[in-house]
Amino acid sequence: MGSRASSLLREEDIEEIKKQTGFSHSQITRLYSRFHSLDKGENGALSREDFQRIPELAINPLGDRIINAFFPEGEDQVNFRGFMRTLAHFRPVEDNEKNKDPTSGEPLNSRTNKLFFAFQLYDLDRDDKISRDELLQVLRMMVGVNISDEQLGSIADRTIQEADTNGDMCISFSEFTKVMPGKAIDITADLQNGA
Amino acid sequence: MEGAWEIAFVLFQVWLSIVVGLIVLPAMFGVSLGFTDIYIKVLVKTLEWATLRIQRGQKEQPTLPSQSANGIIEKDDGSMEEEIGELRRSHPKNLAGGDFTMCDAFYFCKKGIENIVEDQVTQRFTSEELASWNLLTRTNNNFRYISVRLTIIWGLGVFIRYCILLPLRITLAVIGLSWLVIGTTLVGLLPSCNAKNWLSDLVHITCYRICARGLSATIRYHNKENRPKKGGICVANHTSPIDIVILANDGCYAMVGQVHGGLMGVIQRSIVRSCPHVWFERSEMKDRHAVAKRLKDHIADKTKLPILIFPEGTCINNTSVMMFKKGSFEIGGTIYPVAIKYDPQFGDAFWNSAKYNMVSYLLRMMTSWAIVCNVWYLPPMTRQDGEDAVQFANRVKSAIAHQGGLVDLSWDGGLKREKVKESFKEEQQKMYSSMIVGSDFHEASVGPA
Repeated sequence: MGSRASSLLREEDIEEIKKQTGFSHSQITRLYSRFHSLDKGENGALSREDFQRIPELAINPLGDRIINAFFPEGEDQVNFRGFMRTLAHFRPVEDNEKNKDPTSGEPLNSRTNKLFFAFQLYDLDRDDKISRDELLQVLRMMVGVNISDEQLGSIADRTIQEADTNGDMCISFSEFTKVMPGKAIDITADLQNGA
Repeated sequence: MEGAWEIAFVLFQVWLSIVVGLIVLPAMFGVSLGFTDIYIKVLVKTLEWATLRIQRGQKEQPTLPSQSANGIIEKDDGSMEEEIGELRRSHPKNLAGGDFTMCDAFYFCKKGIENIVEDQVTQRFTSEELASWNLLTRTNNNFRYISVRLTIIWGLGVFIRYCILLPLRITLAVIGLSWLVIGTTLVGLLPSCNAKNWLSDLVHITCYRICARGLSATIRYHNKENRPKKGGICVANHTSPIDIVILANDGCYAMVGQVHGGLMGVIQRSIVRSCPHVWFERSEMKDRHAVAKRLKDHIADKTKLPILIFPEGTCINNTSVMMFKKGSFEIGGTIYPVAIKYDPQFGDAFWNSAKYNMVSYLLRMMTSWAIVCNVWYLPPMTRQDGEDAVQFANRVKSAIAHQGGLVDLSWDGGLKREKVKESFKEEQQKMYSSMIVGSDFHEASVGPA
């Protein structure tokens, strides 16, 4: 007896993922069911096509960038551990976590890690800075064909002007952090727990 | 050896006469001897007991995760504008609405991650999860060993379903289908007259009744006064091929579909002899005008039976109603909407055609406990002035979804196999563009801040 999906996930794995990501036991088993249902090839890993099969994600203008965030540099498959690590960024912060022991290392869903996730959406070549070119490309993804090149160019220029403090015409992670609104990220960026 | 064969033959004859006498004949006359009712009552009591035992067992072992039929996450239902607006409100610089900020990406990011965890569409193409186990191995998700008694009941269930019910049901199905083929062929030999139509209806209904018994189906029909009339189009949500048996138990319909080979083909060819059904060749299906014309001709003839159509075009798992294809709504005529809702506790009626072929699906049906469903006949609808086919289709779809307690989705059931159209992404991009272009002209004329 027992669903085929959950029987492939061992207790030791669940405990490790719990420690690493902070998800609860039941959340991990549910997300494993989800992972398994997306994994059409049944090889224990998801490819980009598996993600693209979700219609609401396929129509998301930044869908490709979000999917890319799951895959480590140069790889085409993501296993369940990797899947959970990425999702952990959006786990809601519980009250009892705010007073956690500072030596246990920064949790994956800290504000800094969330901001870094967003930073990487823009930083296409992962060189830790957002160039004008990269900003333009991501903007183009979000607006499609509805805005002209010149207009888009001026939007990009203005954005870099506002954020750039060291004059290198690129946005580094610390410059990025400074222009981000404070509380909004915490409230709106998280997955809220269902029933 | 001879003796053994003779005994087996006698037993078989006895078995057959019991089946015919106690099940087939009453079914043909629409009379119920009450066996199914008793069976369902016993089943309900047993499942309730099992649920309590499982819940008690789970409380004693707190490490067992509890299954929740609800979603794992709550979603914000705000529009793009509302949510991006909220993100921007705490922006350090005061912007006069519109314009681009880098935190806008968070909106798309959040929506994307939410959809990766749980989306509205892909879950409709697999069976619904049950809130509590119904003692079938196939619906067992994480239910581990609880007690000896539960395991014994489960074992008893397996024996009853596979060794008693399955042979019985297969016998009934064979009898029902052979009767359909033979009966309709015989009726087809008669010349066209009222008697022929009456006999044809009789043959069809008795056969479907036998088949319904063959699935231990308990069907409750509501609002029979709205039953589809001749010259109309009956429209229903689609969960499985069994929908046809369910609906045809209470009325006669003209079926619409593609010509098949094999057993289906034999059935199709014989039933069309006794009364007009609409069968299309594969090549004809592509020509929408030809299809529409044939259907129009059929409903124009008021002596012909109402057409039965499933506008979703594919089987959905009975938790939602997906986009209705507008073809059936362009023909004109009166639409009689029907909502069908199965009770998943007794057996999962959904046909997951990616996972099971027709034969394995029927075997799964015949080894479930029973098929219990509710059918609601809704008041007839016609297209109103100023309403196009798509709006009309959506109106009918909402009525059906509302009645059946199903989620009303505008997504296309075809997404089961195909990719979503690019135009939807373009719509999202357009919406976002209008948000940031708004005050851009104004800023450009004012000059850099």
